[in-house]
Amino acid sequence: MIQLVWLVPVLPLAGFLINGLFRNSLSKGMTGIVGCGVLLASFILSLLIFGEVRHEGFQSVTVTLFDFISVDKLHIPFAFQVDQLSALFLLIITGVGFLIHLYSTAYMHEEEAPHYARYFSYLNLFVFSMLLLVLGANYVILFIGWEGVGLCSYLLIGYWFKNVDYTNAAKKAFIMNRIGDLGFLIAIFWMINQFGSVTFGEVFSAAQGAPVKVLTGITLLLFVGATGKSAQIPLYTWLPDAMAGPTPVSALIHAATMVTAGIYMIARSNILYSLAPLTQNVVAIIGLATALLAATIALKQNDIKKVLAYSTVSQLGYMFLGLGVGAYTGAVFHVMTHAFFKALLFLGAGSVIHAMGGEQDIRKMGGLRKHVGTTHWTFLVGCIAIAGIPPFSGFFSKDEILAGAFGKSPVYYAVGVFTALLTAFYMFRLYATTFLGNFRGTHEQEHHLHESPAAMTIPLVVLALLAAVAGFLGVPEAFAKDSHWLAHFLDPIFAHNATAEHAAEAGASQEWMLMGISVAVALIGVIAAWTRFSKKPDLAEPAGFGKVLANKWYVDELYDAIIVRPLYAISKFLNNFIERFIDWIVNGVGRLVQYGGRQLRLLQSGQVGGYVLLMVVGILVLFLVELFVKK
Amino acid sequence: MPINYYIFLSLALFCIGVAGVLTRRNAIIIFMCVELMLNAVNLLLVAFSKMHQHALAAGNPGAGIDGQIFVFFIMVVAAAEVSVGLAIIVMMYRNTHSTDVNFLNRLKH
Amino acid sequence: MIPVLLIAIPLVGGLAGFFIKNDKSARSWSLLVSLAALAVSLWGLSVGAKSPLLNADAEWLPALGSRFAVGLDGMGQILCLLTAIAFPVIFIATWRDEYSKSWNFYALMLLSQAGLLGVFLAMDALLFYFFWELALIPVYFLCSQWGGEKRIQATFKFFIYTFVGSLLMLVGIIWLYAHTPDHSFSLKSFYALRSSINGTDQVWLFWLFFIAFAIKMPIWPLHTWQPDTYEQSPTATTMVLSGVMVKMGVFGVIRWLAPVLPLGTWAWGDTASGFCIASMIYASLVAMQQDDLKRLIAYSSIAHIGLMALAIFATTTTGMQGVMIQMFNHGINIIGMWIVVDLIERQMGTRKISELGGLAQKAPALAILLVIVALANVALPLTNAFVGEFLLFSGVYSSKVTEYNVVFTVVAALSIILSAIYTLNMIQKVFFGNTNALTEKAKDIKLNEKVVLAAIVVLIVVIGVYPKPVLNLTKETVDMILTKMDYKKI
Repeated sequence: MIQLVWLVPVLPLAGFLINGLFRNSLSKGMTGIVGCGVLLASFILSLLIFGEVRHEGFQSVTVTLFDFISVDKLHIPFAFQVDQLSALFLLIITGVGFLIHLYSTAYMHEEEAPHYARYFSYLNLFVFSMLLLVLGANYVILFIGWEGVGLCSYLLIGYWFKNVDYTNAAKKAFIMNRIGDLGFLIAIFWMINQFGSVTFGEVFSAAQGAPVKVLTGITLLLFVGATGKSAQIPLYTWLPDAMAGPTPVSALIHAATMVTAGIYMIARSNILYSLAPLTQNVVAIIGLATALLAATIALKQNDIKKVLAYSTVSQLGYMFLGLGVGAYTGAVFHVMTHAFFKALLFLGAGSVIHAMGGEQDIRKMGGLRKHVGTTHWTFLVGCIAIAGIPPFSGFFSKDEILAGAFGKSPVYYAVGVFTALLTAFYMFRLYATTFLGNFRGTHEQEHHLHESPAAMTIPLVVLALLAAVAGFLGVPEAFAKDSHWLAHFLDPIFAHNATAEHAAEAGASQEWMLMGISVAVALIGVIAAWTRFSKKPDLAEPAGFGKVLANKWYVDELYDAIIVRPLYAISKFLNNFIERFIDWIVNGVGRLVQYGGRQLRLLQSGQVGGYVLLMVVGILVLFLVELFVKK
Repeated sequence: MPINYYIFLSLALFCIGVAGVLTRRNAIIIFMCVELMLNAVNLLLVAFSKMHQHALAAGNPGAGIDGQIFVFFIMVVAAAEVSVGLAIIVMMYRNTHSTDVNFLNRLKH
Repeated sequence: MIPVLLIAIPLVGGLAGFFIKNDKSARSWSLLVSLAALAVSLWGLSVGAKSPLLNADAEWLPALGSRFAVGLDGMGQILCLLTAIAFPVIFIATWRDEYSKSWNFYALMLLSQAGLLGVFLAMDALLFYFFWELALIPVYFLCSQWGGEKRIQATFKFFIYTFVGSLLMLVGIIWLYAHTPDHSFSLKSFYALRSSINGTDQVWLFWLFFIAFAIKMPIWPLHTWQPDTYEQSPTATTMVLSGVMVKMGVFGVIRWLAPVLPLGTWAWGDTASGFCIASMIYASLVAMQQDDLKRLIAYSSIAHIGLMALAIFATTTTGMQGVMIQMFNHGINIIGMWIVVDLIERQMGTRKISELGGLAQKAPALAILLVIVALANVALPLTNAFVGEFLLFSGVYSSKVTEYNVVFTVVAALSIILSAIYTLNMIQKVFFGNTNALTEKAKDIKLNEKVVLAAIVVLIVVIGVYPKPVLNLTKETVDMILTKMDYKKI
């Protein structure tokens, strides 16, 4: 079965080709069947593969398809690696991806058939790229998927290409990702130069003896790539703008694909990172700073999708904190739970927007609880999960990361807990403003309100169940011995780091205390938001510090002022001055020749006397030269 | 006779020729002045040739003879030149009724 | 045998073309001739590297010690294939372009092809120079007869620039010729020279040749002829110029400069690399400001070529292999870009980005094909250019002949970001957004254009996914060149 792993990405690729090439002739129904069908098939395959990987003592398998690049001593096979980590990600991507595809069939139903097919082909390509990313057995194949998801995000964010703002957002996503990719690429070159290989296993074993400086450099550059893809400081600003795409796309980007790529890559390279403590600290601090920054911004956003977008940035920050403090299992665990509840929240938000007829401003919603029942309670599940209230999934994964952070430094822990407070607060502000209180939209909208069709609610229910119970895959050891199934499962990947993690989990009483604190904090946030916003939502235009938050700390404006505009200014300067200057020199040489010709022409007077005179003068000069200079 | 006399004479002839070419406008006179210059050179060649012959007479009877051969060449070339040049001047006179060279700057235009 | 045929077919076909005084038959004739050349080129690929059919040698100018020596090695194979593919593609794609006295146009195009193939095949310096000029002169006429409004000015600049370069090269060739022990122009004698010429001479000879080739590529600051010429030439000629002819410069450095003058190349490699990098960054930045599609692509081409030249001076196997494959890829990709530009210009009557917009609504097939070609242009993985650029950058990074390899890589790699910026800007402004009065009437592309573009896209993807055959083709040439470039062994 594992030898057939190549089918997992190839199936979505086939879906992409079918929907892309025959977009004009396929009916919408066929498009949907192809688009979802290939993903379902991939998901089933992934399940079968996972079934094999699950067995005790499974060794990672590499499936080589063909030689991709083979030059000199550098061999880069097009190979897939199946182990616990990639199998887990396969499940998340194809599973959640399938649900999002299913949801899309209803959500996008108003599109014309060719565009509908185009949409599904992009979605399939997106999943294909992501699968390539997690399956790749070396950094180059990983990089192919890595850039591939960047491309797909570009295509999908700019899916409604008539709108200039949307295409701008798409462009921004691609270019910001490219900046990160540059770091990744240079890291690959460094690896090739240092280790002579890019295959994971070879790099990791060669890294054991490599100087720490080199490893720090490589890991930092890889991390630059991760900040682009996983939206961390300083390259996070594209993700909130990426809301321009259709809502299911946001779900796909935020939950199953794309942004988790950075986490996956670092988790995959955990051996390198563990050897470079400096990088680990940088990762943790950047993660923490991003988590906090994004959470503060989310407090004041009024677009339902923007709040969720910043919460994603914030949660990704948590994951990087986990990676940075060595709690790799915790980070991967959080990727998984986050995939469930964030997909759920986004799809729920899509359902709300669908019901509201395209409205996204939560100030114009309210009281939707009565109108969209299923959406409401599933959304509530998602909010509880992300807020970290037990026994929902977010609690377990977040707690594991926080415990790891406490083991490293109480400061990390404190900031993390504060961010958790903010998270609970803004999520329930969103929930309360949207679903509680009275309806604040127009009469027409109220009339329009309706629950979404089954194709949309079924994924919501499934995801809600997963978001509720997935946490039990990783129950802390404090509850019962060997209760952390996930840690056990991922042991072969992170085994060498086990000491660090176990040290962090030392002391059951301490762990109980940490858990107590985070639960209490989450509850405080939930209750504060609930009481404050359920009756009197915050409708006023933000002022003072709130305005700074509402404007996202003016980071976009800052980037515009210090990077974008100077770049264009330089470009304009080069085009208008330097380019003209070079041209002026070139033309100047030409003009000089012409000018010289005109002047010399005057000598050709046609007067024989003149010529003879010149001749004589010439002879005399020659004589003089002979006489005086030669000696 | 010392060689200096020949040199001064031919220099004088040459200078007269140059001055004539430079100052006169009549094509035929210019032509004659050119001939004068050529002959100044011829004179010099013959004189030097004779000088070398004297100097080397003992050992080498043929020494310096090439100078005199050059003179014949120059005379032949000059004759050819005169025939072509005079033909041109005749044609020019027929066309313009003048032998003034300053009248002949039309190639410029 | 095969090289002689490769040169003779377009040469004879072109000369005959002058006498077909009919638009339609001249077009068909030229397509036929170019297809025949393609067939011969494919035959050359199929006979195997050791076949005696791949070389030919005959008396040419015995008094000068110059022979008509032509041969196909790996690098020649790949460039001849590019040339042979490019011409039929160009003829088909511009099938609907109208030219006055088109038979002359097509005949000159074929002559230029003969010259190009000769350049890539010549194993004799004088022959090389001869074909070099033969390739350029038809272009001069093509541009000055059928070009845009400012064609005279542009062609004048083009001609002066390239001619200055050619003359510098000629001086170098003659100097080298005079120093060969057997007074011969053959490539072998030139290669044998590298150990007998001292460092000082190698340095100035290096600059003679490098300036000649740098003008052709072009490298900053010798590049200003290129945007003007590309802008003013008829698009079919621009395709030849940018798709194939700029490779003459890169090719020249690899075959006639680096292995002949390894000491000079080594001594001034860093400086030359600096110019290459300046070229990449500068051209990318200037491209961001262009409003004319042709100029934009011209500058993007300068940036890409700069990278190839940079990798040559890195003197690594990976880098050199990258140059080989990228020469081919760049040719294919940029011809694809030009085809799209030509289509837009023929329909809309303008190339101004600011006057276009919303074309994706009216011409979805064109939009999709352009996006793929443009993505290849920014070297997205699984397109051919990624393989090339990956190897190029990797080669520059692992260079052993310079201390600045890391700086070079990092600065040069900034062009990856810049290229994404200007390419996406262009796509956005031309294809996305709303239609205006002009683009409202646009129609989608016709079959012949679709076929050609689809063929290009297939090539892009196939080489992007499975580049091995192409890499294997040039392996031996690369090893040979690198051994010759090894200055330590002198």
